[in-house]
Amino acid sequence: MLEIKNLHVKLEEEDKQILKGVDLSVEAGKVHAIMGPNGSGKSTLSYVLSGRDGYAVTQGGATLEGEDILAMEPEERAAAGLFLAFQYPVEIPGVGNMTFLRTALNAQRKARGQEEMSAADFLKLIREKAKTLQIDAEMLKRPVNVGFSGGEKKRNEILQMAVLEPRMCILDETDSGLDVDAMKLVSDGVNALRDACRGFLVITHYQRLLDHIQPDVVHIMADGRIIKTGGPDLALEVEKNGYADILTEVA
Amino acid sequence: MAVPQVKQDATEARLAGIALPEGAGWAVTARQAALARVREMGLPHGRDEYWKFTRPDTLIAPQAPSAALFDAGEAPLFGARDRLHVVFRDGVFDAAASDPLELAGIEIERLSDAMARDIHWARDLYGTLEARGQTPVARPLAALNTALATDGLVIRVTGKPARPVSLSYLHDSETSDVHLHHVIRVEPGAELTLLENGPAAARFNKVMEVDIADTGVLHHVRAQGRDHERRAVTGSFARLGAGSVFKSFTLTVNGVLTRNECVIELTGDDAVAHVAGACLGDGADFHHDDTVFVTHDAVNCESRQVFKKVLRNGATGVFQGKILVKSGAQKTDGYQISQSLLLDGDSQFLAKPELEIYADDVACSHGSTSGAIDETALFYLRARGVPERQATDLLVLAFLAEALEEIDDDSIAEELTDRLKAWFDRRA
Repeated sequence: MLEIKNLHVKLEEEDKQILKGVDLSVEAGKVHAIMGPNGSGKSTLSYVLSGRDGYAVTQGGATLEGEDILAMEPEERAAAGLFLAFQYPVEIPGVGNMTFLRTALNAQRKARGQEEMSAADFLKLIREKAKTLQIDAEMLKRPVNVGFSGGEKKRNEILQMAVLEPRMCILDETDSGLDVDAMKLVSDGVNALRDACRGFLVITHYQRLLDHIQPDVVHIMADGRIIKTGGPDLALEVEKNGYADILTEVA
Repeated sequence: MAVPQVKQDATEARLAGIALPEGAGWAVTARQAALARVREMGLPHGRDEYWKFTRPDTLIAPQAPSAALFDAGEAPLFGARDRLHVVFRDGVFDAAASDPLELAGIEIERLSDAMARDIHWARDLYGTLEARGQTPVARPLAALNTALATDGLVIRVTGKPARPVSLSYLHDSETSDVHLHHVIRVEPGAELTLLENGPAAARFNKVMEVDIADTGVLHHVRAQGRDHERRAVTGSFARLGAGSVFKSFTLTVNGVLTRNECVIELTGDDAVAHVAGACLGDGADFHHDDTVFVTHDAVNCESRQVFKKVLRNGATGVFQGKILVKSGAQKTDGYQISQSLLLDGDSQFLAKPELEIYADDVACSHGSTSGAIDETALFYLRARGVPERQATDLLVLAFLAEALEEIDDDSIAEELTDRLKAWFDRRA
């Protein structure tokens, strides 16, 4: 599904290397988690994959189902099935949440050569998805993320994911700013989307999100590289001993 | 103060060979007085305090620059509404294209008909509010209009008509040079919605004098467009009685030069005046100027100015807005905001917000901002699959929404919003 090969990335504006050769392969149907200390490059990886400005790829590459996604515009990556759940979802005053979602869905469908979804069908779809995430009609009417609590913003990200049905989902610290109940709700939303055709890359600092979204593979990232890969146990080890042991062991 | 020679010369050049239109005694007197005002003030010059950002040359030139017609190939705005429709073709009333001038709750007739009669209610208003609006800031093009206009409407609102009065200004001649003058009197407790739409002429000078009696209400919504080469200078002069309401919204798209002046005088307690505008300018051949002057001269009045401009490809936007609170006008609530969204480095927004307050118990605020598109929001939209141009349009529309929200009638706001979406593409 997602193949990242020897990916080197630096900041566009300054000569600072952030990713120093990331190799990662996420198969369809699998959940991969990336853990790592602050500043290890986890969020940069998610931004580079989704097409945010400000980064320059100096070496290596990334493909989604064989397509070179780094050569695509952000909207083309989305239409190709890539989705990033933002660590800090953006507030957009003046744009209604419903309008936003419908515009996004239909833009993707159009890009894929599919029929646009009618207003009635869309309403039905969104009501059904919103209900399971406990998002009420009021929240759907409000401008995108404006005045939303931290938990509401993250639930809104998962709602977008549920509506857009991407093939490859990247979750960037989706657990940050969530209380226990909200984390459960968000995790249930993610788990409901797990199926044999979809891949997940879950970026997190803490093991506790992985109690709810159980990964198949866990990677430890440090200083711009994946330094260790293992099963779910690796996350537990980090939770218990911190990153220090692993960093020493690899060094 | 003596008028500088250069202004005198320009004024006389403009007036050369012009004869004042004929009419009843009161009309002739009003025109002569207006012409005297023009000479006294002189036509605008680039050195005048309120003409520094907008060149008046083409507005005062003896010959109007020609303006190519633009057929957008779209259904006219407001066309689907239940309305009293009145058509002016290059500034001339078109009886055949208009509905009969009859509507329960208003008296309405053509200005030229009113001016032919010796006794008419409009005699107390024609040129009167315009003349009041000349101090402290001169508005000579409005006085020129009072002197020369022969067509327009006089409307006396006595009830609450079920339908809006909807004026369509068609532009059929590339060289039309037009003065149109409306006089509107809203009687106590009466209420009217007035709609205006269309490019009107190659060079269009319009004055609207609005006198709203106690507890009267006037809603005014206009759309100026869409010919690229048209020029327009408009003056709205409103006087508000106690507890009355005046709400005016203007949408401007295209046009090589537009200057909209709005002069509002709150003379009765508890009156409310809202004036708002949204404009969308694309290209170096777009210049749009809102010049607003609100005078609070009564207790507990509210005024709002909300102006939003989206400028791209070298377009220029100007805002000059003032709130003047006179010494007795306690409990004034005055608000003014002007904002521009500059979609590139070539476009510019020139703003001159002013407050002048002589009362000590008032709440007045003003703000002016210029900004680029929010890159973070743009990326968020694109990351969800919305193409860049469409995402930009969505953010532009969101920016203009605050001004469009000033329109009380949701269905009108919606109609304008829908139309705006189609107008993002300049030539579409």
